[in-house]
Amino acid sequence: MLANYGYKDGSGEYFIAIDTDKCNGCGACVKACPADVFEITADPFDPLAEKQVAVIKEDHRKKIKYSCALCKPTGERPPLPCTAACEPQAIAHSW
Amino acid sequence: MTEAVATAQKREYWRWREYDWRDESLDWKRAGGISVGIDVGSVSSQAVVMCDGKLFAYSSLRTGSNSKTSAQRALEVALQETGMPREKVNYLVATGYGRVNIPFAQKAITEIACHARGANFIYGPTVKTVLDMGGQDCKAIRCDGRGKVTNFLMNDKCAAGTGRGMEVMAELLQIPIEDVGPASLSLPEEPPPVSSTCVVFAKSEALGLLRQNWSKEKVLGSFCLAMAHRTVELLSRVGVEKDFAITGGISKNIGIVKRIETKLGVEALKPSIDPQIAGALGAALFAKALYEKELSGNAKTGS
Repeated sequence: MLANYGYKDGSGEYFIAIDTDKCNGCGACVKACPADVFEITADPFDPLAEKQVAVIKEDHRKKIKYSCALCKPTGERPPLPCTAACEPQAIAHSW
Repeated sequence: MTEAVATAQKREYWRWREYDWRDESLDWKRAGGISVGIDVGSVSSQAVVMCDGKLFAYSSLRTGSNSKTSAQRALEVALQETGMPREKVNYLVATGYGRVNIPFAQKAITEIACHARGANFIYGPTVKTVLDMGGQDCKAIRCDGRGKVTNFLMNDKCAAGTGRGMEVMAELLQIPIEDVGPASLSLPEEPPPVSSTCVVFAKSEALGLLRQNWSKEKVLGSFCLAMAHRTVELLSRVGVEKDFAITGGISKNIGIVKRIETKLGVEALKPSIDPQIAGALGAALFAKALYEKELSGNAKTGS
């Protein structure tokens, strides 16, 4: 399942998509993220499965643009810590 | 105060009807498992009671300031006249905004999973795209033939394009909320959409248009068009695959549904059951599955 966390507003679209079919729940993103936006929980969108997956914390979902700003300087941008840390490549940013 | 003034002040145009339904032909006493789903939304609350996976009773009421009492009331109204005491319920799942504040629910599940599951029950396994237009947010959901979510997107940062926005417009233009859809379609041609996507600004924009001598219907059409446009943009991110269905309160507004269909070039399925209960229905279906899982788990451990 592709879970899109974030929002769209007048200034653009800010979504982090987590592919739960690829995510193995290893938690590397949780450790890599300097803003602490990830957590590993039971998949909230598939209540009958027992798999643990990465999700974006509730309190970051409506301000993800600002939570992620630290890793997204204008100009030259280094690889994002979360996507770089994710071995199965389950994380994608829309902006 | 004259009588005319008194009536005008009493009339609340936004106020929609609460309702309840039950299947008299079903005997709950013979049911092996009774599952309940309660969807405490931002504007309305629904309770759905199922006997062995068959729809038995439901209610749809306004949500109060307290999620727990709103959930209790919804369940009480659904069960009234059935003679079923609340203790007979085997498993209860809560969903919606207020889901975490319902102490008598065994489990809380997000409304996205519940709406996909509920839509699958209402419209059948051909449904692949579900648009839930709720009271205070809007969700675009893609699901598989079993009602399992495959991709979703939620817009809950803004009330534009939601039931609450519609209530505000109905009140401003003094048109009863049930008549908003047909009234907005009574125009010879489509007006340009309002430019604001925010409810508060759309309200002041609508006022401005009224001052320019626009008719109420034209302002409504313009607002509905902007709402449809916004929703279609949201849908395009997850992609639309046939069959397409709309759930939630706004699915009863023909003015919005028709405009979304025109923009997408896809017709929405016609519901056989009230699409506003989709969330609670999905929760009840999850309750049934979880109850069965619990039973088989107990059987295995021998307790």
